[in-house]
Amino acid sequence: MSGVLRRLSAGGIVGLAILVFWVAMALFGSVVAPHEAGAIVDMEVFLPVSAQFPFGTDYLGRDMFSRVLHGTRYTVGVALIAALIASGSGLLLGMCAAVWGGWVDGIISRTLDTLISIPSKMFALVVVAAFGSSVPVLILMAGVIYTPGAYRIARSLAVTVNAQDFVTVARARGEGTLYLVREEILPNILGPVLADFGLRFVYIVLLLAGMSFLGLGVQPPNADWGSLVRENMAGLHEGAPAVLMPAFAIASLTIGVNLAIDVLSGGRRSGEAG
Amino acid sequence: MAAQLEVRNLEVRARNAAGEEVPIVRDASFSLAKGEVLALIGESGSGKTTIALSLLGYARPGCRIAGGSIRLGETDVLALSRRELREFRGRRVSYVAQSAAAAFNPSRTIMAQVTEMALLHGAASREAAERRAVDLFRSLALPDPEGIGARYPHQVSGGQLQRLMAAMALIAEPELVVLDEPTTALDVTTQIEVLRAFKQVVKGSGTTAVYVSHDLAVVAQMADRILVLRNGEMQETGSTARILAAPGNAYTRSLLAAAAPMPRGADAAPDAPPLLTVKGLFAGYGRGGSGGLPAVPVLRDVDFTIRRGSSLGVIGESGSGKSTLARVIAGLLPAARGEVLLDGKALPPALAQRTPAQLRRIQLVFQSADTALNPRRSVAGILGRPITFFHGAKGAERDRRMKRLLDLVQLPAALADRQPGELSGGQKQRVNLARALAAEPDLILCDEVTSALDTVVGAAILDLMDGLRRELGLSTMFISHDLHTVRSVCDEVMVLYAGARVEAGSRRGIQEAPWHPYTELLISSVPELRQGWLEERGSVRGPEAQDTRKPACAFFPRCGQAIPGTCDVVAPPRRRLSKGAEILCHREEAELMRAAIPSGP
Amino acid sequence: MLKLVAARIGLGIVSLLLVSLAIFAITSLLPGDAAEELLGQAATRETVEGLRARLGLDLPGHLRYLNWLGGLLTGDFGRSLANNVPVAQLIGSRLPNSLMLAAATAAVSVPLALAIGITAAMWRGSTYDRAVSMLTLSVVSVPEFLVATAAVIVFAVHLRWLSALSAATDITSVGQFFRVFALPVFSLCCVIVAQMVRMTRAAIIDQLRAPYVEMAVLKGVGPFRVVLRHALPNAIGPIANAVALSLSYLLGGVIIIETIFNYPGIAKLMVDGVSTRDLPVVQACAMVFCAAYLALVTTADVVAILSNPRLRHR
Repeated sequence: MSGVLRRLSAGGIVGLAILVFWVAMALFGSVVAPHEAGAIVDMEVFLPVSAQFPFGTDYLGRDMFSRVLHGTRYTVGVALIAALIASGSGLLLGMCAAVWGGWVDGIISRTLDTLISIPSKMFALVVVAAFGSSVPVLILMAGVIYTPGAYRIARSLAVTVNAQDFVTVARARGEGTLYLVREEILPNILGPVLADFGLRFVYIVLLLAGMSFLGLGVQPPNADWGSLVRENMAGLHEGAPAVLMPAFAIASLTIGVNLAIDVLSGGRRSGEAG
Repeated sequence: MAAQLEVRNLEVRARNAAGEEVPIVRDASFSLAKGEVLALIGESGSGKTTIALSLLGYARPGCRIAGGSIRLGETDVLALSRRELREFRGRRVSYVAQSAAAAFNPSRTIMAQVTEMALLHGAASREAAERRAVDLFRSLALPDPEGIGARYPHQVSGGQLQRLMAAMALIAEPELVVLDEPTTALDVTTQIEVLRAFKQVVKGSGTTAVYVSHDLAVVAQMADRILVLRNGEMQETGSTARILAAPGNAYTRSLLAAAAPMPRGADAAPDAPPLLTVKGLFAGYGRGGSGGLPAVPVLRDVDFTIRRGSSLGVIGESGSGKSTLARVIAGLLPAARGEVLLDGKALPPALAQRTPAQLRRIQLVFQSADTALNPRRSVAGILGRPITFFHGAKGAERDRRMKRLLDLVQLPAALADRQPGELSGGQKQRVNLARALAAEPDLILCDEVTSALDTVVGAAILDLMDGLRRELGLSTMFISHDLHTVRSVCDEVMVLYAGARVEAGSRRGIQEAPWHPYTELLISSVPELRQGWLEERGSVRGPEAQDTRKPACAFFPRCGQAIPGTCDVVAPPRRRLSKGAEILCHREEAELMRAAIPSGP
Repeated sequence: MLKLVAARIGLGIVSLLLVSLAIFAITSLLPGDAAEELLGQAATRETVEGLRARLGLDLPGHLRYLNWLGGLLTGDFGRSLANNVPVAQLIGSRLPNSLMLAAATAAVSVPLALAIGITAAMWRGSTYDRAVSMLTLSVVSVPEFLVATAAVIVFAVHLRWLSALSAATDITSVGQFFRVFALPVFSLCCVIVAQMVRMTRAAIIDQLRAPYVEMAVLKGVGPFRVVLRHALPNAIGPIANAVALSLSYLLGGVIIIETIFNYPGIAKLMVDGVSTRDLPVVQACAMVFCAAYLALVTTADVVAILSNPRLRHR
C-alpha cells in the first residue's frame, strides 16, 4: 500500500478524490441534497449560478444542485453495478476459457465475438426498442454489452499466466482447477483487470448518459445526469448552467476515473520518455 | 602506430527503479590498434553491451554516458552533435546485434536494409551498394547470394540472418565493427558456421572489431585480446593466449573454471534397479495423424531407462522434443502410444488419472526461474504449498520442513518472507529446486535449469544438484542443449534429433568415437577453450538442403554420411556399437569410425 | 494470401448472419406479442388474431426469421408500424444524408488524426505530445453531447457564425453547405480524431520500442526516417484497425449528433423508431449499421494482412 501511495501523482490524487466524492454522493446524495428532487424552489427558470443555487435552476425552476446529487445514484450507481456485471462475468468466463481451453474456449469466444460485432449504441437501441428502458433492463444491457471486451482482456491475461511454468508446476502437482485459478492465476491478473474495470465503468457511464440524452435511458420522474442535460436543452441557447452542470459532472467523473486508473496501473501511461 | 580506438575513463550511468542514478560502467579504459579484435567478456550486468553501444555514441533509454572520452581515429565520439553522430554511425562504426531475428525490420526486404547504410550516407550508388552486398553475401557463404536480398527476414533461417546482419554492418566499410553476442541465440551446430564466416570477413578485410560475449571458448576463436568485465568494472586485460594460459585475476580464473567443468557424475550408470522405464513412446500435438498418432508428432519411438540414483542427460537442439519428453513423463501431455513405467508399474498417461502418490514421486524443475515462481507469493508460500499438499504438514511442522528445505539448497532461512522479485537469479533457481524437493520425489525432471544463468552461478547450481542427488538418493533426468552441462552432471546420455533417439549410451561412451553422425556434428561444433580450434576443425556439415519432403531419417538433409537412395527412403535401423551405445543409423560402425572427426587439420 | 483474405471476408459474412440472428431474436422473439401491444387497450381476440396472421406472427420462430432474412436480401425491409410506409423507402430517403455526413467527417478526421498521431509519436515526451495526450484523453472521456453542445454554445450562440439546426434538404450554395455541415462535422470530428490519435500514437510507439528501431538508430538513420520508413510500415495493420474502430465509433456518435442537430439521417430515423417501438424500422436500421461496422472492421483486417510480408509471402 505504501508503494501505491508513494507513486501517487498529483493527477492520481485528484482522480481518486473525485471518484470517492461521487461514489459517496451515489450512496448519500439524496440525504445531503438541500432540496427534494422534484421541489420547485423558484419561479424563475434557468437561473444562473448563485450562492443560493450553486448550479442554477432548471426549466421548471427546480434546484439543479439537488437534482444533480439525486441523479448521482442513477449515473454512478447504475454504471457501477453494470460494470461489475461486465467485468465479473468477463473475468470468470475469461479464466474458464484460459484454463480449460479447447471447445470451452471455442464456444465462449465465438459467442462473445458475435456480440462484439454489434456496435454498443446499436445494441442498446435495439434492446430498449424491445424491452423498454427500466433501470434493471439498462443495467443488464450495459453489463452484457461490455462483457465481451472484459472477457477478451481477462482471457488474454489469463492465457499468458496459465502458460507460465509456475502454473504448469502446480498442475503437475495435481492441484484442482479452483486452486489454480484462485491462487496462481487470479493474483497475477488482478491489477490490469481492475484498470480495465475502471475503463468499462467510464464506457458505461458514457453509453447510459447518451441513451438518457436521447430520452431512451432512465425515465421520469427519475433522472440521471444525461436526462438532466436533455430536459434542459431549451436553455442551451442562453448558455444556462442547468445544461452545462450535469454534463460537467459526467466529465469530472470520467476524467477522474481515467486519472485514478493511471495510479492503479503504476504510472504514467502517456508522456513517458524513451 | 597510434591506436585506432582509444577509450579513457568511460562512465555510464543509469536510473534504477527508485529513480536514483547509479553508474553501470565505471572507469573503463582500453585501446585498440588497427585490424585488432578485442573481446569484452563478462556475465549479465557486467556492462559489456553498455560499453559496446557507447562506442557508437549511443546509450539505451534511461542510460547516459556520464564521463570519459572515446576517440576513433581523430574523432572525439562523445563531442559529436546529433547530426554528426548520424553520419558517424554506420559509416565509421557499425553494430551487429545479438538477435538478428529481432533487429531486422520484418516489413522490408533484406537488400533494402543491408544497403540502407551505404545509400543513406551517400557513400555509394544503389547499383554499387547492391553489388557490394552480393559480394559480401558470397564471402559470408550465404546460399543464393544473388537472390537472397529480395527476400523478407522471415523467409531465411536464423543463422543466415545473423550472417546477413554482418553484411549490413560491413557494407559501408566501417573502421570499427561492434559485434554484440552475435551467436548466442543460435544452436551450437549453426554457431560454428556463423563464427567461421565472421572470422573470414573480419580478418580478410582487416577491420578493427570489438566482440562482446559471455562465452570464453567462442572468444578464444575470434579475439586477439580479451578484456574481462564484472559489475561495470574492468578486471583484467591481456592477449587471448595469456588470459587463457595464465589468468592473473581471481574472477577470470573462476570464469575459466566454470567454462571447463569437472565431471561430477559417474562414467556409467550405477548397477541399481530401474526407476523409470519408457517404452516405444510416441507423443505430439493435435489429433488426426495416421495410425492414431498425433497430427504434429514430436516424439517418435523413444525408449530409455533411468536407474535409481542415476542421472540421465537428454540433449538436443531447439525443436528436438526434449521438453515435450519431460511433459509426457510428468503427465502434462498424454502419450499417443507407448508406456511409462515407474518401478515397473505403468503410469496412466494423463495427469487426471494419476494418484497423488504417483504425482509426488516425479517433480519438474523449469528453465527460467523468472516464470517458474509465482511473483505474487512469498518463498514460504511457494514451498509451504507442496509440503501441505503432499504431506499434510501444517503450522510448526511445515515451518520446520521449510527451514530444512532452504538449508538443503543452501539458502538462509530469512529468505522465506521474500517475494521472488527480491531474489537473484541463482537464488530463484534454488527456491525452484527446493519446491521440487518438498514433495520428497524419487525423480526430478530438470528442463534447462542452468541455461538462463551466468556460467559461474550455473556451475554452483549444478554442484548443488549433484550433491543433493547423492545425499538424497534421487534420480534425475537432465534436459539441456549444452553438451558441456550434460557431460558434466550425467551418468548416461541420450541424444534426440527431431523427436527420435539417435544415440544413447554411458557418459564415457559419448566421449569416444564412433558416433551417430548427428552426435558427431554436435560434439565437433562445441567450441573448445583454446586458440586455433576453429581453424583446425573441418566441416562435417552436409549441404544446406531445403527439401520439403519428409525423408525416412530426419537427419538426412544435414548428414555428412548420408547414403542417398537409402537414408531418405528406408527408416534407419538400431545398431549397437562396441562402446556400448545404441544408435539409429544405416552406416556400419567401421564406416562411422573412418568418418570420425580428424584430430588435426 | 488470397485464401487468407477470402477467409477473412467469409468470416465477416458469417458474423453478419449471426448478428442478424441476434437482432431478430432480441426484437421479435423475446418480447411480448407485438400484435397485442400494437392494438393496446382496444384489442379483442379476433382483431389480435387477424393482425397476427397479417404480420406473420403465427408462424414458428425460425420461419419468421428466414422470411425476414429473405426480405432483407431482396430489399423488402417490411413496413413501418407507425405510418405503414415501406421501411426501404424511409431508409432510402435518409441514407444519403447520413452517408454525406459520414463522408465529410471521415475526409476531415482521418488525415488530421493520422498527422497528429504520427507527429505525437515522433516527438513523444515533448510538450506537444503531452498536450495532445491530455486533450485527447479529455475528449474521449466526455459524452459526445457535451462536445456538441459546447460547439453550439461557442459557434452558434456566442459567435453566431453557424446555424445550430441543420436540414440537408435546402442546400443551394457552397456557403450554405458549409453552414449546415460545419457544426455536426466539427462535433463528430472532435470525438473521432481524439480516438484515432490515441490509437495511432500507441501503435507507432509500440513499434518504436522494437529492437529493429534501435538497430536503425545505430545505423545512423535520422528520427524522421526511423518513424516513416521503419516503424510506420509495421504499424499499418494496427493503424488500419484504429481507423476502422474510430470510424465505427462514428456510427455511434452520429446517433447523438443527428439528434442534437435534428439532422434528417438514418440514425435519427432509428432513434425515432425506438421511441415509438417501431420494430421493423429498428431492425432494418440496426442491420444497416451493423453491416457498415463489419465492412469497416473486415477491410481493416484485410489491409493488415496485405501490409504484413509474413502473411503476404508465405
